[in-house]
Amino acid sequence: MNSSAAFGRFAVSPARRRKDRIARATITAATAIALVPLALILYYLLHKGLGAWSGSFFTTDPTGNTFFKTSSIGGVKSAILGTIEIVALASAIAIPIGVGVAVWLVEYGRQSWFAHTVRFFVDVLTGVPSIVFGLFIYIVLIVGTGSSYAGYKGSLALSLLMLPVVIRSAEVILLLIPGALRESALALGAPRWKVVFRIVLPTALPGMVTGVLLAIARAAGETAPLLFTAATARNTDFNLGHFMNSLPVQIYDDVTSPTMAVVNRAWGAALTLVAMILLLNLIARLVSRRSRLA
Amino acid sequence: MSSDAIPPQTANVEPANVEPESRTDSARERIAPSTASGADTAASTDAAVDARSTPVTKRGLSVTLERLRAFYGDAEQVKGIDLEFRANEVTAIIGPSGCGKSTMVRCINRMHEEIPGAHAEGRVLLDDEDVYDSSVDVVAVRRAIGMVFQKPNPFPTMSVFDNVAAGLRLGTSGRGGRGKAELSAKVETALRGAGLWEEVSDRLSEPGAGLSGGQQQRLCIARSLAVEPEVILMDEPCSALDPIATLKIEELIDELKQRVTIVIVTHNMQQAARVADRTAFMLSGELVEVGPTQEIFTKPNDSRTEEYVTGKFG
Repeated sequence: MNSSAAFGRFAVSPARRRKDRIARATITAATAIALVPLALILYYLLHKGLGAWSGSFFTTDPTGNTFFKTSSIGGVKSAILGTIEIVALASAIAIPIGVGVAVWLVEYGRQSWFAHTVRFFVDVLTGVPSIVFGLFIYIVLIVGTGSSYAGYKGSLALSLLMLPVVIRSAEVILLLIPGALRESALALGAPRWKVVFRIVLPTALPGMVTGVLLAIARAAGETAPLLFTAATARNTDFNLGHFMNSLPVQIYDDVTSPTMAVVNRAWGAALTLVAMILLLNLIARLVSRRSRLA
Repeated sequence: MSSDAIPPQTANVEPANVEPESRTDSARERIAPSTASGADTAASTDAAVDARSTPVTKRGLSVTLERLRAFYGDAEQVKGIDLEFRANEVTAIIGPSGCGKSTMVRCINRMHEEIPGAHAEGRVLLDDEDVYDSSVDVVAVRRAIGMVFQKPNPFPTMSVFDNVAAGLRLGTSGRGGRGKAELSAKVETALRGAGLWEEVSDRLSEPGAGLSGGQQQRLCIARSLAVEPEVILMDEPCSALDPIATLKIEELIDELKQRVTIVIVTHNMQQAARVADRTAFMLSGELVEVGPTQEIFTKPNDSRTEEYVTGKFG
């Protein structure tokens, strides 16, 4: 640093300063560019979606009457309830199985070849496009049985989608539980299953809730697995054996309509879906903040 | 509650084809005969009260290692040790890092085999029962032989009370097996036994992890005392503690040997000299020498022991 000797031994050279400024500007610009689409999406969602929102938007089913006044096209009640029902059933299937697999992997399978095989296929499952899960259920449960679309078939497709996410997130949390905790419980003379149920799982619970809620949020936003499993319907129906409406599928249907009011309903539905998922994410964050492991 | 109340080995042979629940019960009976046989809660609560006010009956068991070898995969870490830990005495295990002290101690309550790929050979006699016998229920062994680890590790989701009660709850079949008053009495006895009652009696419902390091370690001792073991293994119990907390644990060890046999692994030779009746010196997985602590530190038979205790290596 002879050139900067005038400024003292520890002075930063002008060239170094320039490099630093350019590098900082570049990464700041990259961040700004990445934020542009996010901001645009939020802007359009709020701009278009809020316009479609009204009291009756949430309390009426879509009517299918798209040729007359805006007021008669109905809202998204059946879609909201359908999404909640389908995702609830999917969660009821995927969460216990997923957590069970994770417990097995961490507490019992550990480094065995079978555990490694399971981990490998779980990773493969994570990478499978969501429409493939829909196609699988379509082939097996609809074409295969010669029956029609149903809400529970959509749930099954979503649960397949959730399963790898639940397994992997739960496994990561279980691995965070210190081995000393298991050892001290075992050394007290507790049988292994009690160590799992009374010590390991309660300790892991807050962290697991986060992963599980993120899996639910992911499933709630999926369209493809529902398109040809639960299909679409207009009326509110609490029977998961029937055709069932859902927010993603209604958005998909509405957005292709030639009627402007119906397209606007798609924006309203999209905003509703984003708001629901945001709420889940917020809950996940709150829960994980209380986690003793984080 | 004396040691001769323990049923002979047959008690462990039959349960092989019995329900797991009743097996747990028989294990409890082995450890705490008064609880399992005495039908009324009041009687055993009295027993608990006695336990804290009067000098306790010596109920420690001797532990004898016979040609004990321990492996991690193919690597032999403990190379055929014969050693007796006498009942109601404190035996310290000293030796340089990696000489197999902890591994050997973890073989006594069969915790060694919890490590994937690890196994042990030889015999470990608890009084005259081999804990490695094929008919032995490993859960029952661990209830009879408590363990305190290097780092205090109270269960993070549990209160002080629940931490101490954990061993009792985790071991019994279901919640109904034990009355509330009885449980409270046992928890209090255990906390008094660990010298912690005075400090925590007004905050039993607070999280166990909120205590200081030394208190947490005594909480862990109370937790292992609650299941009324006959032997307590301590794996460097003071290495994470400050001198004052260490002093309290050492005083506690002196009291505890009245009722249990204690095996303590330590890196601190002054500690071994202070607390141990007998001291064993290990080197490279082998037992070099064992004898009264005084002798090991002043006139050991083996030159390697002398070099180690005088600080020439290790």
